[in-house]
Amino acid sequence: MAHNPLLRTFGKHWLKPLTLVALIAPFAWLAYQWSLMLAGLPNDMGWNVGQWTHRYLGDTAIRILLVTLAISPIRDITGWAPIALIRRRVGLAAFFYAALHLLAYFWLDRSWSLPGLIQDVTLRTYIMLGMAALTLMIPLAITSNNSSIKKLGRKTWDRLHWLTYPVAILAVAHNLLMVKIVEGNPTIHAVILGMLLLWRVGRWVIGKLKPSEVAA
Amino acid sequence: MDLKFRRNPDYQTLRDDITPERMFMDRRHILSAAGLLGAGSILGALPACSEPEQTPTAPATAGGHAAPGAAVTAKKTAFAVAGGATVEDAFTGYCNFYEFGTGKEDPPRYASKMTVSPWQVTVEGETDAPGAYALKDLIDYSKLEERVYRHRCVEAWSMVVPWVGVPMQSVLAKLKPKSTAKFVQFETYLNKKEMPGTNRPSLQWPYVEGLRMDEANNDLTLFAVGAYGKALQKQNGAPLRTVIPWKYGFKATKSVVKIRFLATQPGTAWNKANANEYGFYSNVNPNVSHPRWSQASERVIGGKGGFNERRDTEMFNGYSSQVTSLYAGMDLKRNY
Repeated sequence: MAHNPLLRTFGKHWLKPLTLVALIAPFAWLAYQWSLMLAGLPNDMGWNVGQWTHRYLGDTAIRILLVTLAISPIRDITGWAPIALIRRRVGLAAFFYAALHLLAYFWLDRSWSLPGLIQDVTLRTYIMLGMAALTLMIPLAITSNNSSIKKLGRKTWDRLHWLTYPVAILAVAHNLLMVKIVEGNPTIHAVILGMLLLWRVGRWVIGKLKPSEVAA
Repeated sequence: MDLKFRRNPDYQTLRDDITPERMFMDRRHILSAAGLLGAGSILGALPACSEPEQTPTAPATAGGHAAPGAAVTAKKTAFAVAGGATVEDAFTGYCNFYEFGTGKEDPPRYASKMTVSPWQVTVEGETDAPGAYALKDLIDYSKLEERVYRHRCVEAWSMVVPWVGVPMQSVLAKLKPKSTAKFVQFETYLNKKEMPGTNRPSLQWPYVEGLRMDEANNDLTLFAVGAYGKALQKQNGAPLRTVIPWKYGFKATKSVVKIRFLATQPGTAWNKANANEYGFYSNVNPNVSHPRWSQASERVIGGKGGFNERRDTEMFNGYSSQVTSLYAGMDLKRNY
């Protein structure tokens, strides 16, 4: 599969721009729904637009974050190396949606009340976890470029970006603790994250046993 | 991704009779009517797009009560809320009825399968008049009242609903509770084939709720059979539900099939699911936070295009003068 010439061309010329389009699509759709609403037209956001908007942004952020974590397993299972080229932009998009999620919450739910937000962060465990996840993403977003890799050196950069795992765990915990009872989406997010983490642990254990093969 | 590309047919019939935004909503109605013409036969087949308001006579069900959505006549009362009622399509389109799923659009989408006729209510426990009652034996349909009440959900959103019903005390009196009856429990209809939400892990079914007898007999407490001048829609708890306007919405019981008089405090659905977050009393109280969010303010559902303003939540949802005495001497922080 890895040596298919068509797939190689696709990886080289099409993968990155197409990924960008896919990452912008959820935002474009949200903007379209808001323009319908502001024009007084029927839209798909239901009757609680404020809550719907920040939940949509939060769900999108978590799903994109899970995609980031799925890239390495996909590369290792399929042997298709070019997929690793999109990892940084996917990670950046996750940060973008997470930041918009916080902004939407701050605006639509807290009406720009800073005391309200501070109270939420200090009193509500799930909001504290979400804020921690977003804060940890900031250094990752800032260093998601070639010059940062050069400046930090690959090893330090990799170590810094290992933070993606605690970020994902915090984000999914934030999502799980938000709902009133065990229900749909947060559970699915948690199961997918669990599988991705298990895969990593498995690879690490195998690496310990046969270091030469995995490194190759 | 769970992008919601489905178009909700309810949006096609936006209509507003009461709110001051009448002009605006009328404009939307005209726009959507134009959309209906364009969509032609497909939408014409949807019952949601008909105009139940214009039905001249109320079609009766086999049980003798009005079918969901049929016009009902009720005496206007002084119970009103400044600003008027929430747009009706928000009331019928944004619902919590976990038997049909946890999403707000699940009840309007799936409730149509629920059998509401014939309907029987079983009365049992500490009573001298136990038995199975038809709706018309419980509710005096010639004495229906319309009362516009605030409705505050524990999830910090609110609506204003013109309920149609009778004071609960008038019904309970007929059911002859014994002096030993200190509490009354209500139970919601349960049918796993008709209610997809009951087949997933969620609450314990059937849904049960309860009140102290003095709460049930308060002048504000209703048995509702309608809203917006029509018999209750299935997603709103047809054909019979309770309304306790100073408590969070989940204290109300939809589609009531059982009334049980008890000597001791009954179990309630949300309390069984999470006792730390949902107490037996669950009175609307801006000073007592839910463990995971503040109850000091609420999002007002039903604004233009779905956009919502916030308003400050009032103690007992604005009904302090009628209900404060019920809780004299009680620590409302502990008895949340």
